[in-house]
Amino acid sequence: MYKIGEKIATREAYGAALAEFGRDERIIVLDADLSKSTKTDCFKKAYPERFINAGIAEGNMLSVAAGMSTCGNIVFASSFAMFASGRAFEQIRNSVGYPCLNVKIGATHAGISVGEDGATHQCLEDIGIMRTIPNMTIINPADATEARLAVKAAIEHQGPVYLRFGRLAVPTVFDENYKFEIGKGVELESGTDLTIIATGLMVPYALEARTVLAELGISARVINMPTIKPIDKKIIIKAAKETGAIVTAEEHNIIGGLGSAVAEVLSENAPVPMARVGTQDVFGRSGTPQKLFEIYGLDTKTIVEKAKEVLAKK
Amino acid sequence: MNNNYTELKRSAANIRKMVLEATCNAKSGHPGGSLSSADILAYLFMSEMNIDPKNPQNPDRDRFVLSKGHASPALYGALAERGFIPKEDIKTFRNAESYLQGHPDMKGVSGVDMSTGSLGQGISAACGMALAGKLNKKDYRVYSIIGDGECEEGQVWEAAMFAAHYKLDNLTVFLDFNNLQIDGNIRDVMNPTPFDKKFEAFNWNVLTIDGHDFEEIEAAVEKAKETKGMPTIIIANTIKGKGVSFMENQCSWHGSAPSVEQCEIGTRELDEYINSLGGAL
Repeated sequence: MYKIGEKIATREAYGAALAEFGRDERIIVLDADLSKSTKTDCFKKAYPERFINAGIAEGNMLSVAAGMSTCGNIVFASSFAMFASGRAFEQIRNSVGYPCLNVKIGATHAGISVGEDGATHQCLEDIGIMRTIPNMTIINPADATEARLAVKAAIEHQGPVYLRFGRLAVPTVFDENYKFEIGKGVELESGTDLTIIATGLMVPYALEARTVLAELGISARVINMPTIKPIDKKIIIKAAKETGAIVTAEEHNIIGGLGSAVAEVLSENAPVPMARVGTQDVFGRSGTPQKLFEIYGLDTKTIVEKAKEVLAKK
Repeated sequence: MNNNYTELKRSAANIRKMVLEATCNAKSGHPGGSLSSADILAYLFMSEMNIDPKNPQNPDRDRFVLSKGHASPALYGALAERGFIPKEDIKTFRNAESYLQGHPDMKGVSGVDMSTGSLGQGISAACGMALAGKLNKKDYRVYSIIGDGECEEGQVWEAAMFAAHYKLDNLTVFLDFNNLQIDGNIRDVMNPTPFDKKFEAFNWNVLTIDGHDFEEIEAAVEKAKETKGMPTIIIANTIKGKGVSFMENQCSWHGSAPSVEQCEIGTRELDEYINSLGGAL
């Protein structure tokens, strides 16, 4: 489907996947006046009768989605991550999570890579927010290939799913042979000195960091962690036991996201030195995504630094 | 329906007795707003809705969403009266071992179509069910009860916009207009009135009735069914605590339970009322 190296945003793959798998007549897609940005307009073009614009009213949209899902429909509700997880948190918690309904939250424009729109629109806390809701599954795809497979898996999964997509075009890492399964991390590269566990658009940086570290004689394992909840404990514990140090990398606040989830698993099962790459509990600002990655330390350089730090603590 | 509503009056009184029993045993809960909506619930569950306790998940059934989820004792009473749940379970309301949660849980209670309790969300879910009905080409109708205080929630008006925009004429919402919320009269706390003009402005079919008069409830429900192209709001003027003399129009009974003695007095009043209706049973 997508070629390795091809730059394409995961939101594009989300819209395309909705159109691709949308022939299932149970599927209804809701959006809150952002269909051109969330790319649900791809579904709208293919199946206009099953596309519902809820207007700029995210709370109502999520409860409407909940009601629809009780009638046997598979309902995608889409907005920017900030408004889906933030504005509509309590509707997701009470109307979707508590009754464990078949609602899929298609949250686009997650993370600081939103860029120029600035802090109000750069959602860096959604994984943390969603992780606290029982019954919720959270998937943060790394590229278009994984985003497509995540949409398919979400349709097949019974229960609420939070799908986290980005605005920025990112390099495709996986080809058509890539296997995606909810709840499973994937070892992308082997290594013995430490493990880098990355999610979303940080995955290519993790791979790049591995190359830089190899030149320094350091062998880094790289794990892609698309599902943040339920987190793949097995692959984390194995990595801790075999490599003895962990660095996490995510486009999210270091509080509440992948780093927190991995730290919870490690501290209870296999405590090893670890470090978290992510935004350091600060709000973002306007700027180009690349410039912001540099400012907030979401890059290869920072992963390499953190890798050296954890190695020193081994 | 062409009777004098004796059966419905008896059912409503039974529901009210169960409201007292539930809240008294739980030593908590919301009797006032349960009693004000008991007649509407009796009409919907005992007369109007196409529902079957033996097939509670029938995809073609009518739906009901108690958006003012704190009136759960009245909903459980209606479900028990209609045969969805055993009447003897009512006394387990709010106990840790019971399936009868403080606010309705659709996963645990047969006949509950939506989990509610957080105000403003139920009416939106009802909109979702109504629109899904249209998309799925089903003929069922969706009913909901919202509170007057609940209309202070912005989400109610998001839902009101949505329902009118999508012409949800299969949706009928009752507004239990009992004038009181926890902190006092709704006009003093945060005046949400006038309801009729607001819903008219949101392009709803607006009907105003006495929410304790079955003839008026029935006529309004029938008018709603005949109305095409827009949702219907039935503004039901009600009395908080209706049917139990010492609870009527007292906002202190919004969220406090009757003592055993008070429960007995209230139950006696309702039994006397039932006896006054005459007839069998």
